[in-house]
Amino acid sequence: MIYLDHNATTPIDERVLDAMLPFLTTFYGNPSSLYRPGRVVRSALETARGQVASLVGVQPAQVIFTSGGTEANNLALAAGNPDAGLAISAIEHPSIAEPAQRMNSQGRELAIVAVDADGLITQEAIDAIIRRKPGLASFMLANNETGVIQDVAAYARQLRAHRIFVHTDAVQALGKIPVDFNQLGVHLMSLSSHKIYGPKGCGALVFEKGVEINPLLLGGGQEQDLRAGTENVAAIVGFGKAAELAGVELAERGRRLLALREQLEEGLTTIPGLTIFARQAQRLPNTVQFGIDGLDGEMLLMKLDQKNVAVSSGSACASGAREPSAVLTAMGVEPELARSAIRVSLGQANTAADIGKFIELLKSLL
Amino acid sequence: MGPEAAEALASCLTLTGNFANPASLQHDFGERANDIVEKSRIEIATFLNCKANDLIFTSGATESNNLALMGVALTYRNKGNHIITSASEHKAVLDTCKHLESIGFQVTYLRPDINGRFDLECILTALTNETILVSLMHVNNEIGVIHDIDRIAQALKQKNIFFHVDAAQSAGKIPINLAKSSIDLLSISGHKMYGPKGVGCLYVRNRKRMNLTPLFHGGGQEHGLRPGTLPTHQIVGMATAFRLANASIDSDFQHAKALQQALTGQLNTLEGVYFNGDQKNKLPNIINVSFEHVSSDSLIIALRGEIAIASGSACNSGAVEASHVLRSMGIEGDRLYGAVRISFGRYTTDTEIQRAGQRICEEVTRLRALALE
Repeated sequence: MIYLDHNATTPIDERVLDAMLPFLTTFYGNPSSLYRPGRVVRSALETARGQVASLVGVQPAQVIFTSGGTEANNLALAAGNPDAGLAISAIEHPSIAEPAQRMNSQGRELAIVAVDADGLITQEAIDAIIRRKPGLASFMLANNETGVIQDVAAYARQLRAHRIFVHTDAVQALGKIPVDFNQLGVHLMSLSSHKIYGPKGCGALVFEKGVEINPLLLGGGQEQDLRAGTENVAAIVGFGKAAELAGVELAERGRRLLALREQLEEGLTTIPGLTIFARQAQRLPNTVQFGIDGLDGEMLLMKLDQKNVAVSSGSACASGAREPSAVLTAMGVEPELARSAIRVSLGQANTAADIGKFIELLKSLL
Repeated sequence: MGPEAAEALASCLTLTGNFANPASLQHDFGERANDIVEKSRIEIATFLNCKANDLIFTSGATESNNLALMGVALTYRNKGNHIITSASEHKAVLDTCKHLESIGFQVTYLRPDINGRFDLECILTALTNETILVSLMHVNNEIGVIHDIDRIAQALKQKNIFFHVDAAQSAGKIPINLAKSSIDLLSISGHKMYGPKGVGCLYVRNRKRMNLTPLFHGGGQEHGLRPGTLPTHQIVGMATAFRLANASIDSDFQHAKALQQALTGQLNTLEGVYFNGDQKNKLPNIINVSFEHVSSDSLIIALRGEIAIASGSACNSGAVEASHVLRSMGIEGDRLYGAVRISFGRYTTDTEIQRAGQRICEEVTRLRALALE
């Protein structure tokens, strides 16, 4: 079994599981309760908040826990003045693109800016946003399909000067490259636990003090009155531990993944007709998306699956759809080539031997 | 959480378990995770006696309540702008209703009687031509009073008005049969029945036809009604907990009833004790009681570290505020400010209850003596 789909989700780190287990059975208090079991849980919750805050360089009070990246993204787009316009890029995750479209259908102005052939937002696009003066602009820090890293800090600097709020969806970037809220200079940032070897069902919205958050879930007063519902304690504790480990091991993980990626790309380039998408752009150290001329991507995925190799065409959320990837289409990739797309996303457990086997298998199946 | 639920949950986390994204249907890892999610859905549906397809997984009862109310209100706005609920609902319903009022809806907040009950006639009288939804809880979380939701559902069905039930406190404790009832929407929480926190579900009768407006968008999971990666481990944890709760629903109830009798008997040896809520028609595992001349805060602090009791619901207890539930019932003064909620469960023993009763009696006596000094 070779699992090469870490951008869809990651297995939980054993150390994360160990941190979570006591909160599944022994410490079952409700963190809002005044009595003692509740206070143990409350303190664990705040430790986790500190761990997540520290990974992105903010104060714990700037972190609101949510049910995941999708909720965090929806919450981010609802922040600030709900009547002011929105700007997003053409390659955002559905959890940004769809709520933005919906807000647009309800009368909120929406600008969708293009990316270049490398999947990068251009200076012209930023200039165009500045001319339109939306209330909020949202750009993902790293793309889930291609792994392309945007220069969010540069965009945020310019947009901030024009009093435009900037949100970044850092779900895929977190734990793979350094992510510092203040260095990026954004107002809002979404995070997810299950992409960094933490549990599913947990994420966070990080916000600059003074940015008005308009809650989506009401009733109960948790998370500074910004996100109601009994806190998902074990998952939050797991997220905190995963964040701590990601922070400590970031450089080492990055180096290891990059070496594997280089090995993989070296192997791939020996295959005729193969294109690595956005190869020249800055990309996540773990992500390679490629297409092969005249190949049926779905068929290849099935064959790889039969050989116990798990890869994806792109976003897990869009799985099942037969349309070519919206991200690749936005980059100007021909529909035919886009339909052949395969995404390999590497993770902690992968080895050089896995990569060797994958290349060998791929060649045998073509 | 029960050990079996914790075990089921833990098996869906690490590399050796079913950790994959259930939406990753392009590979076997994802398919296996998806199978677990769908089996869990069927398991919960079996016990509620409803279609598995009509169950939507959420992050908990708060989200389920928000989704039910906002979803119906936004979809059916053109049919009417009036909603009926009660002043004794959970904050998740009350705060959502307040928000709906701020965007132009009219909300009637029914007041229960002194025992926390609702008269069906009162509900029907409150209906107007504009009423699209009635939302009431099955069992009140602070006083444990059980409402006759099937009867209310029947009456509302005849009038073509949606009925939402917050069953966070009742699911797994008393039977719910959605095939025999005409409830349209039902909220369930994982962690109130020994399952994990951070997961719940919303039952939506004829989900497709009802066409609820989602709270979140993007990704398409749960038929687009609730996008976001499904937390396989929490879902299987909840389903396991639900199965166990239903398997022991009668014995749990009898056990709680015996504990209730023992505790109320002990507390009744004191003077000036008031049990709040309809004592004949309530869940035995929730006891809401006021002691004359003793404030709830002083009693909670006196027993801190020994007995987990609360004033009102946990969600509000960060703020020192009198219970909105008791207030809505017309309870005032000492009885309002002195009310504490004692709730116990499957794993609470006779000895613990006996000890708790004894300690409460001691502290109430001591605090009263101090108050009279």
